[in-house]
Amino acid sequence: MAVSPTDQKIMKAPAVVKEEIVYQRPVALTNVHTHYCPGCTHGTAHRLVAEVIDELGIREDTILVASVGCSVFAYNYFEVDACEAAHGRAPAMATGVKRVHPDKVVFTYQGDGDLASIGMGEIMHAAARGEKITTIFINNAVYGMTGGQMAPTTLPGQITTSSPFGRDLQMCGAPVRMVELLSNMDGTAYAVRRSLHDARHTIQARKAIRTAFEAQIKGLGFSIVELLSSCPTNWGMTASESLDWIRDSMIPTYPLGDYKVAPELVQSRK
Amino acid sequence: MAKQFLKGNVAFAEAAIRAGCEVYFGYPITPQTELLEHMSSRMPELGRVFLQAESEVAAVNMVYGAAAAGARVMTSSSSPGISLMQEGFSYMAASNVPAVVIDIMRGGPGLGNIQPSQSDYNQVTKSAGHGDFHPIVLAPSTVQEAIDLTILAFDLAEKYRTLVFVIADGTIGQMMEPAELPEMRPVSTERPTWAVTGARDRSHNVITSLFLGAEQLEQLNLDLQDKLLQIQQAGEVRYDEAYLEGAEVVIVAFGTSARVAQTAVKRMREAGLPVGLFRPITLWPFPEKEIAELPKRIPTLKAIQVVEMNAGQMVHDVREAIAGQVPVQFMGRMGGIIPVPEEIEEKVRLTLTPAQMPATLKESSNGRVAH
Repeated sequence: MAVSPTDQKIMKAPAVVKEEIVYQRPVALTNVHTHYCPGCTHGTAHRLVAEVIDELGIREDTILVASVGCSVFAYNYFEVDACEAAHGRAPAMATGVKRVHPDKVVFTYQGDGDLASIGMGEIMHAAARGEKITTIFINNAVYGMTGGQMAPTTLPGQITTSSPFGRDLQMCGAPVRMVELLSNMDGTAYAVRRSLHDARHTIQARKAIRTAFEAQIKGLGFSIVELLSSCPTNWGMTASESLDWIRDSMIPTYPLGDYKVAPELVQSRK
Repeated sequence: MAKQFLKGNVAFAEAAIRAGCEVYFGYPITPQTELLEHMSSRMPELGRVFLQAESEVAAVNMVYGAAAAGARVMTSSSSPGISLMQEGFSYMAASNVPAVVIDIMRGGPGLGNIQPSQSDYNQVTKSAGHGDFHPIVLAPSTVQEAIDLTILAFDLAEKYRTLVFVIADGTIGQMMEPAELPEMRPVSTERPTWAVTGARDRSHNVITSLFLGAEQLEQLNLDLQDKLLQIQQAGEVRYDEAYLEGAEVVIVAFGTSARVAQTAVKRMREAGLPVGLFRPITLWPFPEKEIAELPKRIPTLKAIQVVEMNAGQMVHDVREAIAGQVPVQFMGRMGGIIPVPEEIEEKVRLTLTPAQMPATLKESSNGRVAH
C-alpha cells in the first residue's frame, strides 16, 4: 500500500502516541518463575491477591502466612514479608503475627487439605475469635502436593489416589463446605465462595479478595474467600477440561455466593 | 525489692512480665494453670498481649508467629501439653526464632496424673521435636531460682535466637516461698532486622523451616550444630555444688529431687558421712565436663548416686560423662511420688558400707526403681 506524504508525517509524530501500560507484573509479586503445574489456577489466585495488595497500597504493611501444600512456596512469590506455618496451623501463626502487629495486614493462603482437614481446628477458632486476618482458601478437591489424595472437599464418587473406588460417603462422609461453616461464627465478617474457571468469575473473585482485605483493614473481624480452583495434574485432565469440571462438577457441590457479609461492607459497596 | 511470699507458678509468670515479655499464649493444664491465670490479668493490665489458645498445638504456633514477628514471647504448659507443642518447637528451632517455654512437669506417660514428676527430662533435652536440635533447658529448685532463671531464659533466647525451656514440677509450681522479684524491665518495641514487620524500604523477610535442597538443608543443620556448639562453649553451663570435699558418694540431682537430696546430704554430713551434692542447673547444655572431672577433683570419690523423679533419664548423661571412672547408681520414684531424704540416705549408706546390705533388700523394693 502506498503511503502518502501526509500519512507518513502522522506516523512519525511520536508526540501524539501516548504509551500506556495495560498489563504488567504487580509490584507485590516477585520476578520469579513459579513451580505450579501448567493449567493450575494458583498462579491466577496469586496474581489477584497481588493486584489487590497493590491497589490498596498495603504491600509494605502486609504479612503473608503460607501453609503446607502446593502453595508452600508462596513466600517466594509474594514480595511481602512472609512466614511459613506448620501444616494446618497458618491461622494460629497468623494470630501470633497479628497480635504483635495489629496495624499490619495479615493473610493466610491455604489449600483444602491444610485448611479443611488438619487445620480445621485452627481456622474455626481464628474465626470464632474474630481474628482480624484474611484467609485465601484454595479448594481444588484434592491434596495437590502429595499427589492427589482424597481431601475433605473431594466430591462424592471422585476417584483419587487414596479413594481408588471413588469417595464412598458411607465410609468417608460427605464433602465439607468451609465457608458455610465459617459464616456461622459471630467473629466472621466476610465469608464468600468464588470460582476461577472463567474470566467473568475471576473478576468476581478479585472483587471479593479486595472486600476481604477491606474487612480486615476496617477491623471488622475474620474474612475468608474460598476459590474453586483447578488441579489438572491430579485430576488427570487438560487445563481446559479442568476448568469445565469446576463449572460442571464442583459448583453444584460448592455453590458460589456470599455466605456472610458484615453490614459495614454492604454499605461500603453501595 | 523486698522479699515476698510467692507461689512458684505466679513467680514464673511475674518474672516473665518483669523480663519484658510482650506476648503470652497458653492453654490451661494442671499443675501450671496459675501461671496462665496470672498472665490473663497482668498482661492486659500492662497493655500487653494475653491469649488463651484453643489447644497447645495452636498456642505453640501462635508463639511461632509472634516470635517470627519479633516479639518477646512465652508459653507455658505441662508434660502432655509439651508433647503436643513439639511440632512448633521443631519449626522454631529450624527457623532460628527465640521463645521461652515454662514446663511444670507432671507424672506420665499418657494423661498420667497431676503430681510432681521429672518425666520430661528426655523430652525437653533430647527430643523436643523431630530433627537435630536442643533447646537450652534451665531447671530451678527454688521459687527464687524460678524467677532468676526465667529472666535469664529471655536473655539467652534472644542472644542465641533459640528456644529456652525452664522446667520445674508441680512441687515448685505449687509451693510458696519467700522470693524477691526484680524491677520491671521496659518492653522493647524495637524489632530484630530478620523479623516479619512489613517489607518497608527493604526486600521481603521470610521465616521458614522448609529447605528442599539436600545441600541447603544440610547447611542449615551444620549452622544449627555450630550454634549449639557455641552455646556449649560459651560458658552457659550452670550448676551448683555442696559438700564435695572428701566426699565418697556424690549425689547428682536437679530441681525438686535436688532439694530433697540436699536435705539428705546435710543430714548425712551432720552424722559424719562423706556425701556431697552436684546439681545441674542447665540440663542442656549439660555440665558434662564438670561431672567428668568429679573423680579427679575428689580423690575420695567411690560412686555417683543419681536421684530423679522418673525411671532414670538424666542418669544416662551422667554415665556418659563419668565414662566408667566410678560406678553411677540410680534411684528414682515415679507416678508423682517425691523421694524422701530417708530413702536417699538408705541408698547412700548401702554404697558407703555395702556389707551392711540386708539380704532381703532388693534394688527395686518399695516401689523404687534403681539401676
